[in-house]
Amino acid sequence: MTSTAPAPAPSFDPRVLKAPHPVPGAPNNWRRFLSFNTDAKVIGLQYMITSLFFLLVGGLLSMIMRGELITPAADLVDPTVYNGLYTMHGTVMLFLFLFPILNGFNNLLIPPMIGAPDMAFPRLNAAAFWMVPVFGVILMASFLVPGGPSGAGWWAYPPQSIQNPLGHFLNGQFLWILAVALSGISSIMGAVNFITTIIRMRAPGMGWFRMPIFCWTAVAAQAIQLIGLPVLTAGAVLLLFDLSFGTSFYRPEGGGDPMLYQHFFWFYSHPAVYVMVLPVFGIFSELFPVYARKPLFGYHVVAIASFAITFLSLIVWVHHMFYSGTPQWMRNLFMVTTMLIAVPTGIKVFAWIGTLWGGKLRLTTAMLFCLGGVFNFIFAGITGIMLATVPVDIHVGNTYFVVGHFHTVIFSTITYGVFAGIYHWFPKFTGRMMYEGLGKLHFVLTFIGSQLTFLPMHAAGLLGMPRRVASYDPEFAFANVLASLGAFLLGVATIPFLLNLVSSWVRGEKAPPNPWHAIGLEWLLPSPPPAENFEDDVPTVISGPYGYGLGRPLVEDEQRYVAKAASAASAATGGA
Amino acid sequence: MTATTPTPADLPAQPAAHGHGHGDHTLTGFVIFLLSESVIFLALFAGYAIYKTSSPLWLPPGVEGLEVAMPLRFTVVLVSSSGVIYLAERALHRGRLGEFRAWWLLTMAMGTVFLVGQGLEWAGLPFGLGDGVYGASFYLLTGFHGLHVLTGVLLMGLMLARSFRPGNYDAGSVGVTAVSLFWHFVDVIWVVLFVLIYVWQR
Ligand code: HEM
Ligand SMILES: [Cu+2]
Repeated sequence: MTSTAPAPAPSFDPRVLKAPHPVPGAPNNWRRFLSFNTDAKVIGLQYMITSLFFLLVGGLLSMIMRGELITPAADLVDPTVYNGLYTMHGTVMLFLFLFPILNGFNNLLIPPMIGAPDMAFPRLNAAAFWMVPVFGVILMASFLVPGGPSGAGWWAYPPQSIQNPLGHFLNGQFLWILAVALSGISSIMGAVNFITTIIRMRAPGMGWFRMPIFCWTAVAAQAIQLIGLPVLTAGAVLLLFDLSFGTSFYRPEGGGDPMLYQHFFWFYSHPAVYVMVLPVFGIFSELFPVYARKPLFGYHVVAIASFAITFLSLIVWVHHMFYSGTPQWMRNLFMVTTMLIAVPTGIKVFAWIGTLWGGKLRLTTAMLFCLGGVFNFIFAGITGIMLATVPVDIHVGNTYFVVGHFHTVIFSTITYGVFAGIYHWFPKFTGRMMYEGLGKLHFVLTFIGSQLTFLPMHAAGLLGMPRRVASYDPEFAFANVLASLGAFLLGVATIPFLLNLVSSWVRGEKAPPNPWHAIGLEWLLPSPPPAENFEDDVPTVISGPYGYGLGRPLVEDEQRYVAKAASAASAATGGA
Repeated sequence: MTATTPTPADLPAQPAAHGHGHGDHTLTGFVIFLLSESVIFLALFAGYAIYKTSSPLWLPPGVEGLEVAMPLRFTVVLVSSSGVIYLAERALHRGRLGEFRAWWLLTMAMGTVFLVGQGLEWAGLPFGLGDGVYGASFYLLTGFHGLHVLTGVLLMGLMLARSFRPGNYDAGSVGVTAVSLFWHFVDVIWVVLFVLIYVWQR
């Protein structure tokens, strides 16, 4: 676990690393992406690349499903295969795309934003990353074992998830549990690292209330990992024993109770949605001030609201079990707590709108994705409140309405935020600008595609179409055709995105240190920053973040840092 | 580690850069980790309490309950080892390496006695892992805790071995502090477990 060695990690010594050192993020020397590198910026890009690969895998699975659903009959794949497809799609998208890509952002952004040279535990950091490809392979291997991948859904409820009809020890469900457990360990290693880094390694003068919102949301989200993941792990261990070692934790025949699993699972997996959305709230809060040229509206309140969300997210999980035979008093209680969470969330939305209000908006690709993401999030918040209302949920729970709700958050908000973050910080970490034209094409296709895919799902769900089915009543056909076409359009939308990433990185225009005229420590560094960020010349922070239009410097001696970054960047990328 | 990064041997003497020593991070990180680890136990405790109070089938047929006297003795051994490890830490603090090793070894021995005691108890029980939710919970909880005791003993072995590198512990050792924190944690967990499983039988 946490390394107890008193010996310092070599990458920690600034004096050595001032020697010529490959610049992380520049496309030269790609081999270090395949090595056990302990530099947070290399690890960040490793996370990014790995998770974008798995985005394509998960996307492919979803398109096979949408291909199946374009007609009412189960004709493309048979229902068992379909069960495996949605299980793997959900698992890949959460554990191999979103969690890792957000950890990529954490690695890239946290140290430079707080003026630290690296993470607190560089080797632990690298170990946490390398577990991702390992459990990715384990999960993918479940396509090859007898019986195929687990078909119990991403929530893996017993009794489906503790059945092993073929009797093989190595079955799809076993590999699923193993992969999720490894993902949990990796995430906890990450969480310990990020929180320790933020607590202990901030630049002089950077008090908590001078920290960028992204760092606040990172702490809030990682705290959820630390509190929630162990509970999921406990639930998963019991599941493993029931599946493989004949215990009766979730078997009523032996006195067990399958509902306990649901509690364990949702105690983590509801907060897990906030693990994903909080950093994206952070990204929105970083980007709106930059592209509206105004300070973030209500900075203190937005910062505190992150922790209110952390707290509330831990006491709402039963809203996923309203229709699972939950007693009425429990339903009422959790209906109220769920509605309460809309308060801190709403505060953030108002803060963003307040920031935009009267600002000088620059509609870059990153800004477009932010605006689109917030727009979609408002919609998803409304459907969320609808679902939180017990009498509504009893009817639409387990229908496509739920699928529509959470995809509007997970794709149309969170993934938009991820895209926005990539367009915004790509120049900083690769030293190259992305093509705005391709970016805007990506945005337009994505925006149309996501509305076309997810809006009809709400309609089908309200009419009663159940989720997790390979065939359905022809009355739902129209909505499903639209959704399938939308999904294919989303597939097409990734083409300009990938093209943009690759071609900009290889031969894009060289990026200046601060292409968006943003305020923040990371923008005082060269693009890409050197291995140890500020090395031993860490600036002293003298004012809060987001001082747009206020005409006050962020750090002491700001002009010197600006000049230094400009000259260092041209020298470092010159020979690449 | 990259090929381009120098090995520790190439490093110049450690500079006091970045304001904080590395060891402080380690302890902060380790405490955060322990807090998270304790949540797994909280979840398992909650599960146990729910089963105990609500399961229609609790004790397997023919099982009356657990014998308490022997486990209580081993509990006393484990809990008092928390005091012994404190003595070890204090000795190291005062720079008495030999005394440190003696107390440290005694702690390891006490942990091992506990593990052996648990093994003996397991061997003599009339029910197994597959015997209903009671058997499953009993073995899972005690086994998971036992795994932590074993980890603690192994980590202590590692720290003991490190103490033989000359000069290594002259300025104390973060590793020793962390392991003894872990050991206190394992002991506290056991006390709760003991109350849940052995004391709360009716
Ligand atoms: C104001 C905010 C929100 C409220 C009130 C809310 C409410 C709900 C409720 C009541 C359900 C249960 C529906 C059912 O199963 O019948 C649900 C499902 C879900 N929500 Fe939300 N939600 C909100 C925001 C979010 C966010 C931010 C995310 C993601 C980051 C999210 C992701 C999900 C997921 C993944 C499910 C379904 C899980 C499944 O059944 O497989 N929700 N939401
Ligand atoms: Cu929820």
